[in-house]
Amino acid sequence: MTRTNITVRLSDDALALACGADAVAAAFEAHGAKVERVSSWGMHWLEPLAEIDGRGYGPLSPQDVSAVLGGKAGVLDIGMIADHPFLKAQTRLTFARAGKTRPLNLDDYAATDGWKGLEAARKSGPDKTIETVLDSGLRGRGGAGFPAGIKWRTVADTSADQKYIVCNADEGDSATFADRMVMEGDPYMLIEGMAIAGLAVGASKGYVYIRSEYPHAIAKVRAAIDRAAAIIAPFELEVRVGAGSYVCGEETALLNSLEGKRGVVRAKPPLPAHEGLFGKPTVINNVLTLAAIPWIMMHGAKAYADFGMGRSRGTMPIQLAGNIRHGGLYETAFGITLGELVNDIGGGTATGRPVKAVQVGGPLGAYLPPEQFDIPFDYEAFTAKQALIGHAGITVFDDTADMSAMARFAFEFCEVESCGKCTPCRIGATRGRETLDKVAQGKDAAANLSLVLDLCETMEFGSLCAMGGFTPYPARSAIRHWPEDFTTSKVKEAAE
Amino acid sequence: MSEALEDILKRHELCEGPLLPILHDVQNTFGYVSDYHMRMIAAGLNITRAEVWGVVSFYHDFRTEPAGKPVLKLCRAEACKARGVEALVEGAEKAAGSRVRIEPVYCLGLCSGGPAAMTPQGDVHARLDSEKLNQLIGSLS
Repeated sequence: MTRTNITVRLSDDALALACGADAVAAAFEAHGAKVERVSSWGMHWLEPLAEIDGRGYGPLSPQDVSAVLGGKAGVLDIGMIADHPFLKAQTRLTFARAGKTRPLNLDDYAATDGWKGLEAARKSGPDKTIETVLDSGLRGRGGAGFPAGIKWRTVADTSADQKYIVCNADEGDSATFADRMVMEGDPYMLIEGMAIAGLAVGASKGYVYIRSEYPHAIAKVRAAIDRAAAIIAPFELEVRVGAGSYVCGEETALLNSLEGKRGVVRAKPPLPAHEGLFGKPTVINNVLTLAAIPWIMMHGAKAYADFGMGRSRGTMPIQLAGNIRHGGLYETAFGITLGELVNDIGGGTATGRPVKAVQVGGPLGAYLPPEQFDIPFDYEAFTAKQALIGHAGITVFDDTADMSAMARFAFEFCEVESCGKCTPCRIGATRGRETLDKVAQGKDAAANLSLVLDLCETMEFGSLCAMGGFTPYPARSAIRHWPEDFTTSKVKEAAE
Repeated sequence: MSEALEDILKRHELCEGPLLPILHDVQNTFGYVSDYHMRMIAAGLNITRAEVWGVVSFYHDFRTEPAGKPVLKLCRAEACKARGVEALVEGAEKAAGSRVRIEPVYCLGLCSGGPAAMTPQGDVHARLDSEKLNQLIGSLS
């Protein structure tokens, strides 16, 4: 028996769409169901995931729809979504609305505490707002981990005829998609965060710089800005679209790009807080940083700072990606270990083979072996292990991964994406790739490998920004932890 | 100057830092940014042709010649590598032949569900295997 007059909630997040959510939605409608498109719960291995009266069904294909409606979903029935262990163990502050609201629906947003942070900021005024952000301990979620409140205070203390808020939505790191999920799933939260920043530092205009690889996010944020314009007025927002350059995720390159120039990194000082966009004082923050603001303003600094460990306060939306069984968005307080994330929560590899390596922090982050899985998620703990949290993307590799190929790719990527301003990055990337090729061919392997390590040092300390400065991290960690992948016997075996 | 190009320049008259938005619109309208377009943009913004060329040549997105065929962007970044995209490349190139161009892209943000690809229309596809990828390539025109 097929039930009628039921409402099915399905995500329209790009990952769900890429897994066929539209076809599933159409099948539900063809069966007479009403379909509501909501944000994604972040349980990506279950997408397309349909929700009917709180119960989840996934991953669905159009053929499964009649079984779901007929009450015969079998293994596709995952039970009540809110009780799912993947969600239950999370602390969702930034992703509190994920899966629950229609992204562009203003009523949904207002009904789930939307705009309350902005109200609180308007009531308490710029000074108190900045104080709250400072006391919350919120650090920039883009990778550098610089305290957001200090940035804001610096801009607030300048006097200028024009100041700007810039949102860095150039989420180029592989294994990261939390910015995309915020923009596609909860765009008003980002807009609210930017409006609060504008109020706090005295900026009347803001830009969201979104990478061109995210067409769905661009469309959603543009539509959301149109609808929320009156609510955030007199603050004004505009979306700008990148053009396929990774290095534009670096804040000063991004500012140049916004100005219509080549995305070349600027030397600091001057800091963007003093001379940023068009030479004016500018707050430039990552999507997740700005998206955390409304919660902090509504619940207070202490409530946020109570989460976390050491100098890493609050929660971090961690992204589980690559060869992992339960991939998706996992927001939790700082302090959780890498092993818990990969094995317990992520369920190990999707292929079922042993985990060989995990890259944390995108293409500029180190590869860590399972022996280091006791390392807690904390900015300082990662730095101590010559690794970085970055934007908190985790890529899992199984034992078939060739770490010499991944080290080579680190240099190759830097070669493609370097802005070319400083020599260690521009030339070092090419030389690093060439020299690793020689190692792979068995040409003077030991000497060439030590040459690569030497080059890594030059790049790390001689480059202007993180592009050249951190490319050595993945390369060097691969060499250090998996030296056997760099011996030529393997190459010879393959050739025979 | 063509009317469409004139429209694009006019639309961005009040825009701060208008060059990238203009170039995006030109490429969306004409399919590429020609030498002629660059001259007209330079004149319109009162900057040198060298400045326009510098920007066009810096960014991976801009083409100075028509693509001539549909372009499928296949993610080749770490997370998709971890999920086996490299093993699909040779077969994809074969399926594409001279009809479709396969270009690498470094991350579509679908990293928990790779291998992933994006069509010229901006449609995204995840969990690709060789069969699904070849089918997708076959469907492009």
